[in-house]
Amino acid sequence: MSLAVDADRIFLERIRRIGAEVAAVHADAVDYDARFPEEAIAALREDGALSAFIPTQHGGAGVSINALARACYELGRRCSSTAMIFAMHQIQVATVVRHLDGGWFEEYLRRVVNEQRLIASVTSEIGTGGDMGRSIAPITPDGDGFAIEKQAPTVSYGAYADDLFTTARRSPQSEQGDQAVVLHHREQTELEATGTWDTIGMRGTCSPGFTVRAHFDFEQILPAPFATVMHDTHVPVSHILWSHVWLGIATEAFERGRAFVRAAARRNPGAPVPAAHSLSRVMPELTMMRAEVEAALADFVAFSEDPDRPDLATLTSVLRFNNLKLAASEQAPRVCTGVLEVIGIAAYKNDSPYGVGRQLRDSLSARLMVANERIHSVDAGLLMIAKEV
Amino acid sequence: MAGTHDTQIRAVLRDHARLRVDVGTLGTDADLFAAGMSSHASVNVMLALEDTFDIEFPDAMLKRSVFESIAAIDAAVSELAPAA
Repeated sequence: MSLAVDADRIFLERIRRIGAEVAAVHADAVDYDARFPEEAIAALREDGALSAFIPTQHGGAGVSINALARACYELGRRCSSTAMIFAMHQIQVATVVRHLDGGWFEEYLRRVVNEQRLIASVTSEIGTGGDMGRSIAPITPDGDGFAIEKQAPTVSYGAYADDLFTTARRSPQSEQGDQAVVLHHREQTELEATGTWDTIGMRGTCSPGFTVRAHFDFEQILPAPFATVMHDTHVPVSHILWSHVWLGIATEAFERGRAFVRAAARRNPGAPVPAAHSLSRVMPELTMMRAEVEAALADFVAFSEDPDRPDLATLTSVLRFNNLKLAASEQAPRVCTGVLEVIGIAAYKNDSPYGVGRQLRDSLSARLMVANERIHSVDAGLLMIAKEV
Repeated sequence: MAGTHDTQIRAVLRDHARLRVDVGTLGTDADLFAAGMSSHASVNVMLALEDTFDIEFPDAMLKRSVFESIAAIDAAVSELAPAA
């Protein structure tokens, strides 16, 4: 127990240091130039942070999901793109860790530890209407191995990843919902960019569309069906880690608001600070967001205690973690906008210490990464059938 | 062997599951999701089953594995409506 707590504490101390000394320093340049946050990712690699969640028996640091989520929050305060890349990578790691069945994937986790390999995901596909639970491209037999060709509308940091985590129909005969996950290496993959990534926010995630062509061996197909993987791990962990990134972004905007009102108070000691009053109105918006984000994490930890994880397989669980995503993604820009109004023009300026433009723009991506409208339509059905929500 | 609620379950599936095959040709253990039932359609199947058998599936039973085949649905319905 104390060893695990130590691993968490050491991990988070290092993450905070990388956040402050590396990610924060380059965050504006990453945003301005829409470039990959190479310095921060290099620092995370050097620190072994990319394999932190891998259990000690597979060579990793074995940090808890709580620590991982906290790390996403800490990085989110400093550089949203770094934080989101870190979060997405860890979602792939967590999926492999939680659905491991020995063999190739166990060996693969050791490579992630030793080589600090960065994993991108190719889960979205043109033609599925944003439904990650369906695939069009199949896994096809190809020579002595297998192949995929998939049209992906966005692949975050695809051009910078060492490996890709791709969903596909299990075979050319399979239904769209009968999916498998393939973990293929960059050198087994051809990435043809089909667009650009000049966006209003999350610019450093470098997420253009790609045609992804890969050739791989049978053992690189995760044995667990994606339908199970999705409920047990991929969706809840995505929503938990993303929402911690968004909480970090919203908290940073709020802290800039606090810095602003403190400076105003120091200029005229004793005089009332109207902006502080306005900031007080924003605070419940932030704390409600924090409460939902932290409660969802606690639920996920509780739901994961039973090794068979029966609670995560229920539709109520789908509803629960969908709600987290909806609530957090809509609340983060609300907090940023609230702070913008508190500070005024100094927050609207890009070159001001009180600027919250980057946070506001980055937070607006939250409602679009798996579009909230799509999640609402899923929830609409689940609300009819769930008994307790 | 067909379970006790086989006919009614097949009728519900015919109306709501949107399978790509005729439900009459499916074995009781056939995977309904592999036969084309989407997650969205499965929710409609659950609602129709509750209506047909006048039961309520508790949250713990609202999961993919409970609705993945006619046999699995039959077991669930039998558990909730033993008299039917």
